[in-house]
Amino acid sequence: MWSKLLTLSGVLLFVAACETAPDGSAEGAGEGAGGKEVWSVEHEGAGGAGAGGGEVGAGGVEVAAVEPTMSSQDKLVQEVGDRVFFDFNKFSVRSDGEETLRRQAQFLKQNPALVITIAGHCDERGTREYNLALGERRANAARNYLISLGIHPTRISTVSYGKERPIVLGHNEAAWAQNRVGLSEVN
Amino acid sequence: MRITYRRRFFEECWRFDRQLITSAMYMAVLCVVVYPLLAHAVTEIDITRGVVEPYPIAITELYGGGVDEDEVGISIADVVTADLERSGQFRPIDRRAFQQAPEDLQLMPRFVDWRQINAQFLVVGRVQLQSDGQVRVEFRLWDVLAGEHLVGLSLSTPRENWRRIAHLISDAIYKRVTGEGGYFDTRIVYVAESGPRDKRVKRLALMDQDGANHRFLTDGKHMALTPRFSPTLQEITYLSYFNDKPRVYIYNIDTGKQEVLGDFPTMTIAPRFSPDGNKVIMSMAPNGNSDIYVMDLRTRVVEKLTNHPAIETAPSYSPDGKHITFESDRSDKQQIYVMDADPSGEEQRISWGDGKYATPVWSPRGDWIAFTNINKGVFSIGVMRPDGSDERRIAKGYLTEGPTWAPNGRVLMFFREDQPSDDMAGDVRLYSVDITGTNEREVITPMDASDPAWSPLIP
Repeated sequence: MWSKLLTLSGVLLFVAACETAPDGSAEGAGEGAGGKEVWSVEHEGAGGAGAGGGEVGAGGVEVAAVEPTMSSQDKLVQEVGDRVFFDFNKFSVRSDGEETLRRQAQFLKQNPALVITIAGHCDERGTREYNLALGERRANAARNYLISLGIHPTRISTVSYGKERPIVLGHNEAAWAQNRVGLSEVN
Repeated sequence: MRITYRRRFFEECWRFDRQLITSAMYMAVLCVVVYPLLAHAVTEIDITRGVVEPYPIAITELYGGGVDEDEVGISIADVVTADLERSGQFRPIDRRAFQQAPEDLQLMPRFVDWRQINAQFLVVGRVQLQSDGQVRVEFRLWDVLAGEHLVGLSLSTPRENWRRIAHLISDAIYKRVTGEGGYFDTRIVYVAESGPRDKRVKRLALMDQDGANHRFLTDGKHMALTPRFSPTLQEITYLSYFNDKPRVYIYNIDTGKQEVLGDFPTMTIAPRFSPDGNKVIMSMAPNGNSDIYVMDLRTRVVEKLTNHPAIETAPSYSPDGKHITFESDRSDKQQIYVMDADPSGEEQRISWGDGKYATPVWSPRGDWIAFTNINKGVFSIGVMRPDGSDERRIAKGYLTEGPTWAPNGRVLMFFREDQPSDDMAGDVRLYSVDITGTNEREVITPMDASDPAWSPLIP
């Protein structure tokens, strides 16, 4: 999926003539905001393509071809925001996380067939078993918030990876903050 | 007389006043840093603490009388030498200094020769290969100073199993001289790790306590964590991410078969066997709230032991099965608690120092609980009494975690991740250390290693 995303953003960057959009697959300045930005670049690109009569730049990329590759998962990542971040050692959903989850709830209501899994993660500065339990708490906190917004419980399962599978590599506070996360994924 | 003193070795370690212990703790920290260059410095620190110097011991090649037999005899002597040296309690003397040849040692040794090289103990033996493929080994331990016979044993096993004979000899010597139970005829199960951190392969591996006979138990397709031995040794309980459904499994070492434990709707984690092997205790969060549960393996009945809105996990039984220690963050941070195994009992907090306390593991002797402490970004391994008194730290590092006890309750193993640089993860390795915080040694593994679990003595 990431390679697909990278290809996509690569194309988009090309379309946007080297406009400095953040890589949607990287950290993102807050849940899904990065993804959104990339998407808005695409819209600009699409507009440009329309004006140019289907041909864009030297590469001649058909922008319309992007649309069918947009899976539900891609939409969740790029349009909705798949990450809910948590404070150190905490599992309560922050206000920025609530916003992301409201978008996720909306997305799930628009796509009633979709079922998701929320994976809870922790930074590496804790013990293994506690972090598994804490990751599970985080995933459940996000799940409960979605349920409170009217999503049926059977549509959301949870799993915890504790500190075992960091989303972002690196051994500093910036990386750890990215790894204290509930990550939603379409099943 | 000397032996009686050594019998009290570990008790005496604790009797020194606070100041001595504090300074010794500082020195133990120094040892961690300089360990690769100054492995023997650990011993010298023992002396400053009033702990006697390791015993000079002469371990001769076991006499065979034929090429094949001699080969086995030399190999056994090598393994015994390595075992006893690693324990920190013995200083094996270079064999080149020996004056009596193995074949001349089958009767009474010439003690004057051994006193001359300052040997305090002497190990001699004989190897016979039998027509049925068995190897038969006789060994004797002599007290050189007293000229006394201390231990004599005869052991037989299929030839390919000769290493166990060596470890049993080490155990007999260690026990006779130190008064503590041996721990060399044991195995370690651990998590072998490889690959980048975000796609880390984590699989179970099994090896002898000295790293020999290493083999992988799982193929790494599904992440494996926190293995623990059953008291009967044939089984390991662990957490497997089989099919992305993290559940507690039981793995049978002999058959290679595994079985998921129970049919639970959510993750089950942190398993450990009860001391009688009839139960597995673990934690589970059916509604997102992690509590401690126990399953009786015979009836498959599951009982909930804690009932608290905080995270309760990492349970471990006392060796008599009457109590359970576990961690909970009910006071905001992780702390260690003790409760009766009978769920109606009270839950008593026992950790009161700075920082967070995690991974409590009850010693097989019942007298200590080992733990992980996290304080101001430093991870350390420590021990405390089951009532929380006498707390001591025995190892620390960027990330040290997961203590496990040798069956004698006087040596521990844990894992440590070295301080990473920004883009490079640190090595993750296993270490053994005495309960006094001395004699820290890396346990050599073929790759990164975590979550060690020490087996009981092999029956």
